[in-house]
Amino acid sequence: MRVAVVTFPGSNCDYDLYQAVKQVGGNPEFRWHRDRGLDGIDAVMLSGGFSYGDYLRAGAIARFSPIMEDVVPFAEAGRPVVGVCNGFQVLCEAGLLPGALIRNESLRFQSEDCRMRVERTDTPFTNRYEEGQVIRVPLAHAEGNYRADDETLARLEGENLVLFRYVDADGEATPASNPNGSTANIAGILNERGNVMGMMPHPERAMESLLGSTDGVPLFESLVASLAGRAGADVAGAGR
Amino acid sequence: MKRYRLEIRVTPRPGILDPQGKAIHHALHSLGWTGVDDVRVGKAIHLEIEAESEEAARAEATTMCEKLLANPVTEDFEIDRVEADATDSGDSKSDDQGPDDQGSDDQGSEDAEQG
Repeated sequence: MRVAVVTFPGSNCDYDLYQAVKQVGGNPEFRWHRDRGLDGIDAVMLSGGFSYGDYLRAGAIARFSPIMEDVVPFAEAGRPVVGVCNGFQVLCEAGLLPGALIRNESLRFQSEDCRMRVERTDTPFTNRYEEGQVIRVPLAHAEGNYRADDETLARLEGENLVLFRYVDADGEATPASNPNGSTANIAGILNERGNVMGMMPHPERAMESLLGSTDGVPLFESLVASLAGRAGADVAGAGR
Repeated sequence: MKRYRLEIRVTPRPGILDPQGKAIHHALHSLGWTGVDDVRVGKAIHLEIEAESEEAARAEATTMCEKLLANPVTEDFEIDRVEADATDSGDSKSDDQGPDDQGSDDQGSEDAEQG
């Protein structure tokens, strides 16, 4: 499984993503923001950090990077695209995911572990979790406060497109368990087609028990499993 | 082509929480300005662009706002001011009318009569 990890000027979680993909048996490769071409790539990941210094708005300028001219049609073709933290912000700015991420309600850069509930397991990103499972993953951001208009929020909830929600230890989405003021405790969402996913917390920083949590591992395993399954199906189809 | 200076104002949309405005509101109250009812914080973007006319400059800036300068989900924008850059050309003393306005007018009416 070939996964392109995109590095923008100011990205700082690209090596973590690279390592996480490698750890679960995938084949990661870097793409610089000026690179072009995603031929033979099975999935794209946009990493966290501060692309272009977060100037203007987080993700606003990265969205116009040359590599994004390939990422957008890749996503529109139904191939898997993941954005973590700044990557989520870039996907929203690029219009691949609805809504926007504004300044945390606290006005502070929040850097802490959070708990998230996995709302769906029938996706390429979460099939190795259990539905309703509460996972612990670090977050680190100043603009993670998810906002969308009422119509979009109704659609997200109605079509079950909220993938992760901030919760307390009991799995309840309470105001106290919401680290940034996000509407409806939203931590991660899917697009309608189910192939583009963005999340603020960092699963790639929860890959080693030595570092506090391994709850991010199933996310990367899910992606590898779903891509392997699809490749297998293709091969079987060609054989007949 | 002429050079124009534009001032663009980008503000959080009504109903969108403005945490910066909220914090400044609190600060103003704690400094004694208790009459302040609301604070919204946006940004001002000053552009200098080359364009054929004021309308063209304004239209171009509007497209820039829609595409990059403002996020339509959370922000509104307004082009506050468009002015020609007086320091741009040596002709700044004379007004907008070009020197050959009259000649072209005459030709135009002749053509019309012939047609």
